[in-house]
Parts: sequence; C-alpha cells; structure tokens
Amino acid sequence: MVHFTGEEKAAITDLWGKMNMEEAGGEALGRLLVFYPWTQRFFDSFGNLSSASAIMGNPKVKAHGKKVLTSFGEAMKNSDNLKGAFAKLSELHCDKLHGDPENFRLLGDVIVIVLATHSGREFTPDMQAAWQKLVLLLVLPLLWPTNTT
Amino acid sequence: LFSSYPQAKTYFPHFDLHTGSAQLRAHGSRVVAAVGDAVKSIDNVTSALSKLSELHAYVLRVDPVNFKFLSHCLLVTLASHFPADFTADAHAAWDKFLSIVSGVLTEKYR
Repeated sequence: MVHFTGEEKAAITDLWGKMNMEEAGGEALGRLLVFYPWTQRFFDSFGNLSSASAIMGNPKVKAHGKKVLTSFGEAMKNSDNLKGAFAKLSELHCDKLHGDPENFRLLGDVIVIVLATHSGREFTPDMQAAWQKLVLLLVLPLLWPTNTT
Repeated sequence: LFSSYPQAKTYFPHFDLHTGSAQLRAHGSRVVAAVGDAVKSIDNVTSALSKLSELHAYVLRVDPVNFKFLSHCLLVTLASHFPADFTADAHAAWDKFLSIVSGVLTEKYR
C-alpha cells in the first residue's frame, strides 16, 4: 500500500486549493479528446465533438471534466482506502463502459500537464512527482475490473 | 524524470542525480540540445538524429517506455516554464513532435 509523505500531501493540497476545478478539468478532458481522438469513442452521447474548438467549448465535456477532477478531491480525503472509495466508479468505468486503462493513464498525464501550465514555476519536480503518484493511485482502482480482486 | 519515474535511474548508476546536480544539468543540456537539433531539422528528424539513434539501439539500449516518460516530463517542464506560450495547440504539437523523436531514437532497436 503506497502512502504519501507529509511533503507530498502538502504539495498536492496546496495546489488543489488554488485550482479552478471546472476550468482545469474541462481543459484536461478536452485536450485528451482532441490530442488522442480515439478516446472519443466513449463519448458519443456528448454531442458535437467534430473539431478542437467544438470539443473545448462543449458544455458536457466541461461538466464531465469538472466531475472527474472533483472526484480526485474526494479521493484525496480517502487516500488510505482508494479502492473502497472508488468501487462504484471502478465498476462503472471498467465493467459498464469498458474503458481502456491506457486511456485513464493518458488522462492522468494530461491533467499533470494542465496543472503545470496553470502553476508555472511553482510546479517543481517534487510537486510533479507527488502528483504523478496521486494520479497513478487514482487511476489504479479504475484499472482493475471489480470481478478480479 | 528521476523524481517521478525513479526506475529510470538504473541507466545512470554513475551519476549524482539529486535535483540541481552538475551532472544532471550537464546531461539535461545535452538532451535538450539534441531535441533542438531535431527542431531545426523538423522535416527530416531521422537524418538529424541518426547517430543518436544508433547509439541508443546498439550501445545504450534504453527501454522504449522511458522515452515516453521523458517526453512527458519535457512537456511538463515546458508547460511550467512557459505557461503563457504552452497553449493547447503548442501542447499538441510538442506531444506529436516528441513522439516522433522517440520513434526515431528507437527505430533501430530491432
């Protein structure tokens, strides 16, 4: 079981407090859908995804991005029991939506890059390392189908 | 790279890899200079990097997955150093460019 050090938790919560969830989440999900168009396969019901500007401006994309980042916040409160906290989301994303784990990893990386863009020089190597750890831990529960425990 | 993906350190047992170390800075400059060479020859990255491609294939043999990690860290560094310039378009272009560079460096592996 991976634990966060005090410094890592501080690095994460400091940045967390400064971020605008809707903006950052929407931007990250939008970029995922634009740069890696194959990920659009899960979002047929989201309406117009025909161009980069359509995607970045799409209200459903923004809303879902916000939802995703907000759930990261919830996860951090339960960092010692991520599997439990994410059980329902895991079931949804793996068993019902059949998400490819690689896509979640890609989204995690895009989120880290968006954070770096928003924070500038504050985003030190140590901060990146803490966030990469968090992102990986959050993605892991979504990687494992609930029927193989 | 070494903070977020410590497994990459195995390729540098002979280096002091602490943040800010002279060896890290020197080697980092070499890597970024090579990326710069690729940028200058952006229409023919294969020929610009052919010696490095051979070096990585026959001598260094760095596992290809590490190029993805390094590319990601380069994107993060660019984003944090140039936040105003690192727009979505710039991000997309650099992501694509670095994946081409990584491809060239690993294309002689087998």
